[in-house]
Amino acid sequence: MKLILIFISASLINNFVLTYFLGICPFLGVSNKTEDALNMGLATTFVMTLTAAVTWPIYTYILVKFNVPFLSYVAFIIAIAALVQFVEMYIRKSSPTIYRAMGIYLPLITTNCAVLGLALFMVLREYNYIESIIFGFATGVGFTLAMLMMSGIREELEFADVPEVFQGVSITLIIAGMMALAFMGFAGLIRG
Amino acid sequence: MTGNIVIISMVSMGGIGAALSLFLAYADKKLKVEEDPRIEALLNILPNTNCGGCGRAGCRVFAEALIQGTASVTGCVAGGQDIADSIAKYLGVESVKADRVVAVVLCRGGEKETVKNAVYKGERTCVAANLTGGEKACTYSCLGYADCVEACKFDAMTMNDNGLPVVFYDACVGCWACARACPRDIIEMHPMERKLFNYCRNKDKGAVARKICKVSCIACGLCVKDCAVEGGIEMIDNLAVVNYEKCPQDDQPTKRCPTTCILFGEEEKMTKDAYYSSLPKKAV
Repeated sequence: MKLILIFISASLINNFVLTYFLGICPFLGVSNKTEDALNMGLATTFVMTLTAAVTWPIYTYILVKFNVPFLSYVAFIIAIAALVQFVEMYIRKSSPTIYRAMGIYLPLITTNCAVLGLALFMVLREYNYIESIIFGFATGVGFTLAMLMMSGIREELEFADVPEVFQGVSITLIIAGMMALAFMGFAGLIRG
Repeated sequence: MTGNIVIISMVSMGGIGAALSLFLAYADKKLKVEEDPRIEALLNILPNTNCGGCGRAGCRVFAEALIQGTASVTGCVAGGQDIADSIAKYLGVESVKADRVVAVVLCRGGEKETVKNAVYKGERTCVAANLTGGEKACTYSCLGYADCVEACKFDAMTMNDNGLPVVFYDACVGCWACARACPRDIIEMHPMERKLFNYCRNKDKGAVARKICKVSCIACGLCVKDCAVEGGIEMIDNLAVVNYEKCPQDDQPTKRCPTTCILFGEEEKMTKDAYYSSLPKKAV
């Protein structure tokens, strides 16, 4: 039951992009086309799940054990960067097709604050290992969801007659704000 | 105690860092992908604009085709002669002279010359406007929503104040992008030797064409008679068509044209500098 709660909470109620405003850079930058947004979302979900799986042992068995949990920021950044590097190498070797579709997004994910935020939230909320992995996956799903919705709206926006002053980034930010407001509606779910 | 924490921090972080770097170094060795270094070298020669003028998905695919020998060294139309020579030099083959083509916009009926019979309020692209017929009465004319300028990746086109696209003769690389983007096929690609063009595609009868556009081809046949070679210009579907294999490239046929739709040597006048210096100076 707790796992389901974590999943729904991380993907909808406390959506990283729309509630915590983490990972805004790819949210605005790669949401032009639905296809790109989906690829970016999937790549991020993949990395987030792995991040949760790798950073949890580092935190629990190294940082807590040696009583230096304040190093978590640095340790997590190093671990995430190395992880993304490895994933990139592995994909390049195993499937050139996926590499061409996803490869350009991977370096972007390295510096995605949503991934670091996920690792930090995970230890802050004292999840156990399974819960952490579910949390990582759910966060990725939430990110993908936000990306897909944004790209869908932006594709429709191409056909809309946007006033000149709002064109480009400003209308995108206005829409992001409205989406965040709409996601506030999910907050009622958690009590039920 | 403080000293202890510093040491523990250094050791644990150093340990994590060292372990990860060792792991990555091992993975790098293990997962190395053998790639033909020539592809990278060719990509450095190519323009890397991925314009698709070579008929392939992008510069990388073209580079792979070059190495496999399925593409010609002159295949990169955007690069022109210089890049063809560089590629040939790199691959150690003989270079050939590439025919450079430029885009020619075969419509001069802009805002000032044409009659409008509709108001278009839809999406501001030519592809969409073409579905409804656009604003101008002439159904063969330029729609004026700049799909071609949008398609040009080489900054070689712009819309002038008359609502017509202008091709910069010196900047056009001949990649076909604009010709493919135009839903009315007004833009054609022509080798640089061709200088005589009939700037109209209207196939209506003369009386109709004259009413809707001041610079339309009214099929009077004067240019056909004035061409030095018999059959150099033919009248096909109420439109004077230049036969480039026969017609000598001079201004003879243009002299008596009543609507000045057939012109000689107009394209090469429109270089980038010439266009921008002809614009009225804006107050800064």
